[in-house]
Amino acid sequence: MNFPVNFKTSMIAGALVAATVATALPAAAQESIYVPLFTYRTGPFSGSGIYIAEGMHDYLEMLNQRDGGIGGVKLAIEECETGYDTKKGLECYEATKNKKPVVINPWSTGITLPLIPRAAVDKVPVLSMAYGLSASAIGDTFPWIFNPPATYWDGASMILSYIGSKAGGLDKLKGKTLGFIYLDAGFGKEPIPLFEQLAKDYGFTLKLYPVAATEMQNQSSQWLNVRRDKPDFMMMYGWGALQPTAVKEAVKINYPMDKFISIWWASEDDAAAGGPASKGFKSLNWHATGDSFPAVQDIKKYVTDKGLTQTDKGHVGKLLYNRGIYNSMLIAEGIRNAQKLSGKKVITGEDMRRGLETLNVSEARLKEIGLGGFAGPLKLSCADHNGHLATFMQEWDGSKWAKIGGDIKPMSDKVSPLLSAAAKEYVDKATGWPKRTEACDKAS
Amino acid sequence: MNVLYSIFVDPFMQMAQAPDLLVQTLWEGLVGGMLYALIALGFVLIFKASGVFNFAQGIMVVFAALTLVGIYDLLTKWGVPAGVTAAYLALAVSLAVMFGLAVAVERVMLRPLVNQPDIILFMATFGLTYFLIGFGEFVFGGNPKRMIAGELSLPSGAIDFKMAGGFVSLQKIDIAAVLIVSVMVAGLSFFFQRTRIGRALRAVADSHKAALSVGISLEQIWVVVWFAAGVVALATGIMWGARSEVSFSLQIISFKALPVLILGGFTSIPGAIVGGLIIGIGEKLGEFYWGPLLGSGIESWLAYVIALLFLLFRPQGLFGEKIIERI
Amino acid sequence: MFYREAGQFKTSYVDDQAIFPIRQDRIGLAVILAIAFIGVPLFGSEFFISAIMVPLLVFSLAAIGLNILTGYTGLLSLGTGGFMGVGAFACYKLTTIFPDVNIIVWILVSGFFASGIGILFGLPSLRIKGFYLAVATLSAQFFLDWAFVRIPWLVNDNTSGAIEVPMRTLFGIPVTGPTAQPEVRYLVVLSVVAFLTLIASNLVHGRIGRSWMAVRDMDLAAELIGIRLYRAKLLAFAVSSYYCGVAGALMVFLWYGSAEPAVFGIDQSFFILFMVIIGGLGSLVGSFFGAALIYGMPIIIKSFVSLFGLQIAPATVEHVTFMTVGGLIVLFLIIEPAGLARLWQIGKQKLRVWPFPY
Repeated sequence: MNFPVNFKTSMIAGALVAATVATALPAAAQESIYVPLFTYRTGPFSGSGIYIAEGMHDYLEMLNQRDGGIGGVKLAIEECETGYDTKKGLECYEATKNKKPVVINPWSTGITLPLIPRAAVDKVPVLSMAYGLSASAIGDTFPWIFNPPATYWDGASMILSYIGSKAGGLDKLKGKTLGFIYLDAGFGKEPIPLFEQLAKDYGFTLKLYPVAATEMQNQSSQWLNVRRDKPDFMMMYGWGALQPTAVKEAVKINYPMDKFISIWWASEDDAAAGGPASKGFKSLNWHATGDSFPAVQDIKKYVTDKGLTQTDKGHVGKLLYNRGIYNSMLIAEGIRNAQKLSGKKVITGEDMRRGLETLNVSEARLKEIGLGGFAGPLKLSCADHNGHLATFMQEWDGSKWAKIGGDIKPMSDKVSPLLSAAAKEYVDKATGWPKRTEACDKAS
Repeated sequence: MNVLYSIFVDPFMQMAQAPDLLVQTLWEGLVGGMLYALIALGFVLIFKASGVFNFAQGIMVVFAALTLVGIYDLLTKWGVPAGVTAAYLALAVSLAVMFGLAVAVERVMLRPLVNQPDIILFMATFGLTYFLIGFGEFVFGGNPKRMIAGELSLPSGAIDFKMAGGFVSLQKIDIAAVLIVSVMVAGLSFFFQRTRIGRALRAVADSHKAALSVGISLEQIWVVVWFAAGVVALATGIMWGARSEVSFSLQIISFKALPVLILGGFTSIPGAIVGGLIIGIGEKLGEFYWGPLLGSGIESWLAYVIALLFLLFRPQGLFGEKIIERI
Repeated sequence: MFYREAGQFKTSYVDDQAIFPIRQDRIGLAVILAIAFIGVPLFGSEFFISAIMVPLLVFSLAAIGLNILTGYTGLLSLGTGGFMGVGAFACYKLTTIFPDVNIIVWILVSGFFASGIGILFGLPSLRIKGFYLAVATLSAQFFLDWAFVRIPWLVNDNTSGAIEVPMRTLFGIPVTGPTAQPEVRYLVVLSVVAFLTLIASNLVHGRIGRSWMAVRDMDLAAELIGIRLYRAKLLAFAVSSYYCGVAGALMVFLWYGSAEPAVFGIDQSFFILFMVIIGGLGSLVGSFFGAALIYGMPIIIKSFVSLFGLQIAPATVEHVTFMTVGGLIVLFLIIEPAGLARLWQIGKQKLRVWPFPY
């Protein structure tokens, strides 16, 4: 037995890889801003991942084609395929890290969590848009993590205030039963503490229906439970195959669809799964769907029509495609801001962090970049890395999502103590968590 | 005391109070069990004839369903009017594709691996799984697709019965699933027991060498079983796809067939059916009545625990052959 | 010519029973260890160390663990991911309850918790074997998955539901946590893996290992020559789970830095099983080969694409990677069903008689 021979083989393998990485570098070494995009066009969640990846890529590519990048500097866009797998995500991170990325979008809570402590050390901001660790909204504790425009707790509180408004006031929820069906993982379980507290405050009963990741397509027991408990409203935190299956099962047990409300990840395909009967299914959202915006038209003109992307033309304007656009819009605005603040054209991760902290996407600004009315204004600060944007409810009308009602504001009084407590807890548990030393810029 | 009450008394009280829910639970268990049995059947067919524990059965389900839907899309794009004709044409093409897959697997994978230990063949099906994942996504893309259940003239909607103050709702598609599975099982059993090829199959299962020596063509038999498993996979894909969607996460469902296999035995077709029903009904009852005690969601492992407990008393499964070992 | 043992005489049984009886092997080993301990940290890039070497070592250790069970004792297990999780969660609990004890101690101790769970789920092996046992171990996998998600105590009630690795030091140098240098983490992992591999090597070459192999080759015969089956099997489960548990703790503490329960899922179990079978059942060196091949192959394929500057979409690369990996698995099995370790042995044999083969 000659055990550590692996080192020899792995050295060869490693040398190969090292060599290839080294030769791959010069391509990105020109005057450009390196923006890696972590995507999952493969794997069990690719159904959502493809839309998001397309939207993210196409918006940035459009800026490259139309404006020659941002501030005259081209963006070097590189996709790294994670397959929604933490292992591959970390490999992507290590592979992109030494190419000086300005920002990392992990697009998976599992990948975000390991990156949170590394971001500060490697000086790369992490943009986990409306996923990841809710507590990272507290910028004083997590200077390098950004999770705009709303946290999962904000989302939960907004769903609840919507339900309250339907029931005629939050106090009317007393004695009612609310069901919560969720992916049995960190993401799905996150809002439970808030729900439990609100259940105490407003006197409603909370029923939990967890769905294990392996059982996503096999939910008949959960919905039998729903039939037994007869909740007045159903809330859902799902992802991937969980959502269409839940919609189908809800239709199957004749659950009133207009009382079935999802967090912001339900796509058109998910809602359509139930056929015509799923009309009335609701979901939170913070940005528009459709392709009527000048910027989206530009994407068509400069990118998709020219075949500079692998995007399926029919995907443009879909909910998750537009979410990808929103993500890239935040990146682009952050870069622009960082260029202004630092006076440099080619910015670093450190500049990007400052740029994101002073991000102010006003309505006027949205209009300027061709996304007028696409989403509400978002303003971040050193203390608030989230923005807690108000969202709206959208309803499935059988063929598309239609906005119903006005803005719903998160219950800040309920959410912010939880956020601060969670951030404090995180710091307490991670002994040696660094105090914020990064200076704070004035918003420009 | 409270715990004992909620384990031993309360669930039965609930059953008595709401018999409609009990019947509904049993029905869901029956349907789920039938579908598990169908996947298990795919495993059993191949295991019986070649001793291969075919890990790729799950991905074959996905692949078959994707092929069906993909070809349907292609046909409608080429101008075949959408609807029943196109759907059945696509079904025929998919069957041909599954046959092609069976031939390819036999040629490329099984033939060079004749007479290798079980675990090596098992591993080879892992390789096949990887290949099919990549190939399937490469050809059909990773987008989830809607199963063309309506176009295949599978019924939709439900039949509702009034019962004891409540109602029991039977989905027509589930009824169709139960019927189709029953017909398939009957057909396969007949095929195995009564036809010439069926007898040859059983001979191969007993001993490759002996079968060869009496002039049975191993190649032919393997193509036949892999094709049969492909057909079963296609049926499974249609049924599960109609219940959810056609996507790569569908392959996870195939793990559920494994406890069924333990229970029914790896080599028994009736075992797969009975095992499927026990697991299906057992896990639904368990989840529905006892699950809330543990915070629900116990379905992911309950089936395995049922199977495991069972194993301790009957290691060869319900209908498995008792193996007498000699030194 | 160079690799031959002519002129090396053994004058005592101790010499004859050494793990590496041939001098060239010992020299080779020393060179490899020197490269691993000195060369890699000095010259390896950060990507090479933290994205290739550390994962490779972690997977090798887990593969050794599974190999002890599946390769040496012949008990097929699909619960590796779960056992790795037990190690990781145990280590997290221990280091948060007793933060003053050195983390390396806890990493090594956490394996014992995995052992305990392993023995528990190994009990069915006394009644069943083969694929039936494999499915039985799946129940461990699924049950543990569920438990990791459902018992908030395991993650100290973190709202994220994940292990968040705290900073721990060794001689004042951070070993875990974000500020730990990749070289430091690598050296710690390497030391643990090298140490445990040495132990494993001694185990499998000794009385215990021989009893395992006897059980694997024919359990009835083993029983007849006086090996107590239940002890041998449960010991195999215990040792195997210990290795997996330590690998899990290393994975989370020195590689991931934070981990959701999902990383210990069924995929992980299969991933390790691939490594064991491709590397060679019943071979320690094969575990390293298997890990290098299964983990390294996708990375190499990916880097080939960027090396030649091919304009292929990353998703397509991923698809091709899947197909290639699948194809190569089948190909390797056809070429050499006994795994890479066997190829290695053949190579060594050829080298011995080179350049005058007979």
